[in-house]
Amino acid sequence: MNNLIKGETGDWEVVIGIEVHAQIVSNSKLFSSASTKFGGEHNTQVSFVDAGMPGMLPVINWVCVEQAIRTGLGLNAKINNYSIFDRKNYFYPDLPQGYQISQFKQPIVGEGSVTIDIDDKKSKTIRIERLHLEQDAGKSLHDQHPEFSFVDLNRSGVALMEIVSMPDISSADEAQSYIKKLRSIMRYLGTCDGNMEEGSLRADINVSVRKPGDELGTRCEIKNVNSIKFIGQAIDYEARRQIELIEDSKIIDQETRLFDPKKGETRSMRSKEEAHDYRYFPDPDLLPLSFSENIIEEIKSELPELPDDKKERFQKEYSLSPYDSNILVSEIEIADFFEAVTKGRDPKIAANWITGEFFAAMNKLGFNIVDSPITIDNLSKLIKLIEENIISKRIAKDVFEIMLENNEDPEEIVEREGLKQVSNSGELEKIIDNIIANNPDQVEAVKLKPKLIGWFVGQVMKETNGKANPKLVNDLLNDKLN
Amino acid sequence: MTEFSTLSIKETITSLKNKDFSVSELVDFHISSMENGRELNAFITETADIAREKASDCDQNYSKGEEKPLEGIPLGIKDMFCTKGVKTTASSKMLENFVPPYESTVTQNLWNDGAILLGKLNNDEFAMGSSNETSFFGEVKNPWKNNKDNFTVPGGSSGGSAASVAAGMGLASLGTDTGGSIRQPASFTGTVGLKPTYGRCSRWGIIAFASSLDQAGPITKTVKDCALLLNSICSYDPKDSTSSQKKIPDFEKSTDESVKGMKIGIPKEYEADGISEDITEYLEKGKEWLTESGAEIVEISLPHIKYALPCYYIIAPAEASSNLARYDGVKFTHRVDADNIIDMYEETRSQGFGDEVKRRIMIGTYVLSSGYYDAYYLKAQKVRAMISKDFKEAFKKVDVIYGPSTPSTAFELGDKKKDPLEMYLNDVFTVPVNLAGLPAMSVPVGLDKEKLPVGMQLIGNSFDEESILSIASCIEKSAKFDLNPNKWWINE
Repeated sequence: MNNLIKGETGDWEVVIGIEVHAQIVSNSKLFSSASTKFGGEHNTQVSFVDAGMPGMLPVINWVCVEQAIRTGLGLNAKINNYSIFDRKNYFYPDLPQGYQISQFKQPIVGEGSVTIDIDDKKSKTIRIERLHLEQDAGKSLHDQHPEFSFVDLNRSGVALMEIVSMPDISSADEAQSYIKKLRSIMRYLGTCDGNMEEGSLRADINVSVRKPGDELGTRCEIKNVNSIKFIGQAIDYEARRQIELIEDSKIIDQETRLFDPKKGETRSMRSKEEAHDYRYFPDPDLLPLSFSENIIEEIKSELPELPDDKKERFQKEYSLSPYDSNILVSEIEIADFFEAVTKGRDPKIAANWITGEFFAAMNKLGFNIVDSPITIDNLSKLIKLIEENIISKRIAKDVFEIMLENNEDPEEIVEREGLKQVSNSGELEKIIDNIIANNPDQVEAVKLKPKLIGWFVGQVMKETNGKANPKLVNDLLNDKLN
Repeated sequence: MTEFSTLSIKETITSLKNKDFSVSELVDFHISSMENGRELNAFITETADIAREKASDCDQNYSKGEEKPLEGIPLGIKDMFCTKGVKTTASSKMLENFVPPYESTVTQNLWNDGAILLGKLNNDEFAMGSSNETSFFGEVKNPWKNNKDNFTVPGGSSGGSAASVAAGMGLASLGTDTGGSIRQPASFTGTVGLKPTYGRCSRWGIIAFASSLDQAGPITKTVKDCALLLNSICSYDPKDSTSSQKKIPDFEKSTDESVKGMKIGIPKEYEADGISEDITEYLEKGKEWLTESGAEIVEISLPHIKYALPCYYIIAPAEASSNLARYDGVKFTHRVDADNIIDMYEETRSQGFGDEVKRRIMIGTYVLSSGYYDAYYLKAQKVRAMISKDFKEAFKKVDVIYGPSTPSTAFELGDKKKDPLEMYLNDVFTVPVNLAGLPAMSVPVGLDKEKLPVGMQLIGNSFDEESILSIASCIEKSAKFDLNPNKWWINE
């Protein structure tokens, strides 16, 4: 696939590196026991530590450390069993301590990688530079009062993982695949819920452009992009903007930019000159974070199967295509749902139904797989009915529609509505003979044009209300008409 | 009536058990001492009502025979310790009206043992100073005047803590020590002051100055009292990640141990320059006392301690610049309203902090800045490691290191206020101890020619407060220091 962008002076290459801020799944914050639950009343989930009260001290929440290790292992990364918490100093009203506790020189996770799919056959490795633990800040509220800004500290101190990629990403599509894959891995691991609307996953995107083979260009960082769609739009806009500037013989300022989703463009937030001097230094309130290799091994042994492995297994074990496997492993809930439905059933039929009719219905009705109105059991029964030729595919769609309404047992539906496929050849033969006898013209015609056999099939289906076994009908017609 | 003011905690507890007097009588006496001593400006907040109320509970406990180890002992607490429901200012305008909704672990330990809060004590603003002259609430006067009858400083930063004990306002007090803030004032006021090993006491609820150096400790009249308070305040606290889980021994027992055979190290670097004649004299006297008691004097070397002062004045301000960032006008502090957030920050911090605090914030900000970090902060950390190593080597040879607490005795009010460097030099003997995280104490040994108290410093190995308490007890017995300044502040 060619990622080059055409400019007036020729082709341009985009170089993208992404810093993801992923909120760790944990009940309490990184250094306090306050709740991390989303959507609480303002300032109801704030401990004295989170509010930066005098004399309050941070104490590490080991659940968050384990989650970071787990994520690091999921990214095939080196886990550093000795790391340091640093203070990143800057003034902001929603930063109560006047510094953020983060990790600077010695992060908990070192180099790793994420594999993304370019198409059905090609994949690409995006290298991870590091993953570190840090606290989130609070939230400034500017819409509560005409003269004052308010601060909500519910988020203050919530644990984040900052995951930094190398500049290995070459297009908006790749950037989106990368985020999706990262999110999928973390959701498999249960370390981040990946909910971008609630701010659990945010991305800072570094974009630069260059002529293929040239040195890296000056980069701009687009801060806090919070949807996959916006990530694509922001990169496309920003790359185009930079190309136009260079082709206009203008200079690109290294700066921080914001993406405005309403206008679909990025705009300058602050320049390099205005950049903060964060005065990082090791936090004297916290000991270095150290743990034994055993802890890493223990977590490793409890890791779930991750998307890449699962995809490979689905292809082998169920003989699914790479395309179907990819869709089915994209989210752990889908993969689990599929495996439960397909138990004892034909996996290809199950896969087709889940990625086809089922997904379409879920999308249309606005349901998630976890709150699907059709239970695993009933969907599995439906597959069984198809598989055993008790109902035809066409009838199955009707049954599925009924199931969507109140999760009725498909066997009962078939029974009640009398939808069983007619597979009795004697019965079908009688019907076919009748049709042949009543339509001599068509019988003559089909002898010249064998394709017209379809008309006879249609007639049989009409007579049987669609319940005739199509294969059997075809076989019988072929026998009688040829 | 009993002469309460000369009683130690130990003697007081015995008397309370014997029903010689009640806790209420004891507390009333200390309340009136406190009120009569306002001239000294040792207290920022007096909590007489709380003390009286608690005293009657304590009396009941004594009558039921259910008294706790420090039942009914009135104590002053440095205003760096957060006390629930009682104003805690750090002697700063910034926290002029701050009332913490929580109690520091160390003070809670004291209250759990039955002690009574008498009031909150003045100190240098945010514990930054060596004379208690940087307090927003005004300077503290040392109960000891010199021969010229001039006011002297009580030392700092725990000036109020030391002055109050020397003046008999409260039986003992709590201070904090970041670079000598317990030992130097103890030395200037003829009291006993001990800084425990870093990690012995929880820092939770103590307003932070320099987190890697801060440690709470007692200021008392006697070595035994010091051990008693230490028994109470030390604890492992899961709320402080730097708090130690090491077993806490019975410190009182150590004060009765013989020093026979103990090895006392005298750093040859100490005998260099800048120490007053009187102090050198007491240094020698101390050697004699210890030798007479069967201890052995050994010369040692601490080659890197000459770098301790510059090292300290990089690390402490660096940490302080970050620790004090939270006082920004947004939350619980003093605030100066302005048109925009930056102006609000600037105005609030300009007005809320005093000169010395601002000076240290600026130094700290500078040494952490990109481009300067390696040359200052990182280098200072390396020097710090070397100083620690010096001590480690020394403690392979000796049990305790003995030397002066300060280069001079108490100086006059205003004397060094104008020259911060001269002021910083006062910490030259105490600072290395904090950098190495070791326990150390100052014990009064006598008066100089100016009739001002002289203190000697004992430094112990990490988590070996016991050895310094034994040696201190021995020196105390030999020196027979009489903590009895002329009570000039009481208007007859």
